[in-house]
Amino acid sequence: MNIFKYFGDIFGALKSLWGGMRVTGYYFVRPGKIVTQKYPENRKKLEMFERFKGEVIMIHDSNNQHTCTGCGICEINCPNGSIEIISNKITNAEGKSERIIDKHIYHLSMCTFCGLCIKTCPSKAIVWGQEFEHAVFDRQKLTKVLNHSDSSLKKETKKEIKEA
Amino acid sequence: MEEVFQDVIIKNSDDYIINMGPQHPSTHGVLRFELCLKGEIVKYIIPHCGYIHRGIEKMCEKDTYQQIIHLTDRFDYLSAHINNEAVSIAVENALEVEVPERVKYIRTIIAELNRIASHQLWWCAFGMDLGALTTFFYGLRDRERILDIFEESFGSRLIHSVNCPGGLMYDIHPNFQQKIKDFIKYFRKVLPEYDQLLTDNVIFQVRSKGMGVMSKADAISYGVTGPCGRGSGFSCDVRKNHPYSAYSKVDFKEILFTEGDTFARYKVRIEEMWESMKILEQLVDNIPEGNYTAKMKPIIKLPVGEFFQRVETARGELGVFIVSDGNKTPLRVKFRTPNFSNLFIINKIASGNKIADLVAISGSLDLVIPDIDR
Repeated sequence: MNIFKYFGDIFGALKSLWGGMRVTGYYFVRPGKIVTQKYPENRKKLEMFERFKGEVIMIHDSNNQHTCTGCGICEINCPNGSIEIISNKITNAEGKSERIIDKHIYHLSMCTFCGLCIKTCPSKAIVWGQEFEHAVFDRQKLTKVLNHSDSSLKKETKKEIKEA
Repeated sequence: MEEVFQDVIIKNSDDYIINMGPQHPSTHGVLRFELCLKGEIVKYIIPHCGYIHRGIEKMCEKDTYQQIIHLTDRFDYLSAHINNEAVSIAVENALEVEVPERVKYIRTIIAELNRIASHQLWWCAFGMDLGALTTFFYGLRDRERILDIFEESFGSRLIHSVNCPGGLMYDIHPNFQQKIKDFIKYFRKVLPEYDQLLTDNVIFQVRSKGMGVMSKADAISYGVTGPCGRGSGFSCDVRKNHPYSAYSKVDFKEILFTEGDTFARYKVRIEEMWESMKILEQLVDNIPEGNYTAKMKPIIKLPVGEFFQRVETARGELGVFIVSDGNKTPLRVKFRTPNFSNLFIINKIASGNKIADLVAISGSLDLVIPDIDR
C-alpha cells in the first residue's frame, strides 16, 4: 500500500468530518435558529392557518339557525360515505310538504379530507373547522351530528339558492 | 463473489434464506425482501410486495372522475399533487377542455415544490439508512417551510387534493408567491449545507461510490425511470421530452449522470433540487390573472374511448390509462407507477453486495411502498 495514499486518506477523512461538524457546530452555538416547536406546551398560542382542514363543521348563527336544506349533494359527492343525512318531511304553515334535516351525521373516522362536500354544497352550510386534536378513546365519539339540537333552517336560504 | 450473478434466480434447497422486512425500517414501509445469504454477502433478492395493496385501481371504477383524485393522492403520497395532475390532465384532454393559463402555472409551481419536498425527505431517509441521523433533522427542517406554504393555501400538508379535472379546487392564498420567494432565498443558502453534511463526507462516499451499478441498457430494459434512470444516463424526463402544463415555457436542464451507481443517483436528486428552484423562480412572478378553474359540468362524462397521460413524479414516470364507456365512472383505470418498475432491478444491481450495501442501494432507489402496491 502506498504510504502517501494511506496518510492522505486519513487527512482527507478528517477534513470531510470537519466540514460536517462545522455545520452542526454553527447551529449548536446559535440557539435562536432552532425551529422546533414545543407542541403540548404552546397549545394556547398555537394558531392554525385560516384554510386549515381540521374537520367538517356546520355554521350556526346566534339564533341557532343553519343553512343546510338537506338536499344530500354532500352525501352523493362523498367518495367513502362519511356523510349521512336523515331528513324528515313536514307540512309547513302554507300547507306545502317540505324537507328538513333531522340529523346531519359526519363520520370523522372515515373522512379523507378531500373537501368535495364543502366545495359542492349549494348553500355553504358546511365549512372546514380548525380543530385538529381528534384522538379519542372510543371510536363511537368520532361519529358526530353536525346540526345542533333544536336548530332550524334559515328562512331565506332556499330563495338564495334559487337566485344563485 | 466467485459466482456469476445473473438475474435468473436459481433456488437451491440448501440456500440460507432470511427475510428483510416487512417491518424493517430501511424498507420504508411494508416491503419484504427474501434474501439468500452466503455469510454476509447477498446471493439473490426476491422482493415480495402486496402487503399494503388497497385495490386503488378497482376502487376508481366506482368513483366519479372528481372522486378519483382523493385516491391518487394516496399511492405516491410524497408527490401527491403530481399524481392528481396526471388524472386531471387525462380527463381534460378527453373532454377537450382548455384550462386557463393560471391553472397551468400554479400546477407547475406546486408540482416543483412537491418535488423538492419529496427529495428533501428522501435525503433525510437516505442519510439515516447509512447511519447519519443528523441529516434527518436538517432535511425535515427545510421541508417544513414547503409544507407551511401548502398548508396556508390548500389547508393540508401532505395530501392536499387541490387538483381537480378542470383546474384547482380553490385559488392560491395571497401570501403564496411571497412565501415561495422567501423559501427559494432561504433554500439557496441552505442547500450547500447538504453537501457539507453528507455529500462530502468520506464515509458516505466510500459506501456509495461504485455501489449498485446500473447500466443504461439495464435501466431501459427494466423500465427504470426518474432520478434512478437518469443516474445511469437514460434520458427519461417527461417534463423535457413530452412537456405538459407550463413546462414548455420554462428553461431548465435535464440532469444526467452516466456512472449509474448509488452516488450518481444521489447527485441527480441534489442537482434536481437546484433545477426545481430555477423553474420556480421563472414562474412565481409570472402567474397570469384569470380564473382558477375552467367551466366544468357538475357530472363529468368522458366520451367512449381510451385516454392516456404521463407525468414526471419525483420518482419517475407515472402513466394514467383510463378506459371509458361513456358513463360517469370509468370502466377501467390503470396506473403505471414508477416505483413498481424501479423496485425489480434490485436483484440485478444489489446481489453480490453485503447486506449493509443492500440498504444503501434500496435507499437510493427512493422506494415508496404504497406506490408499488397501490
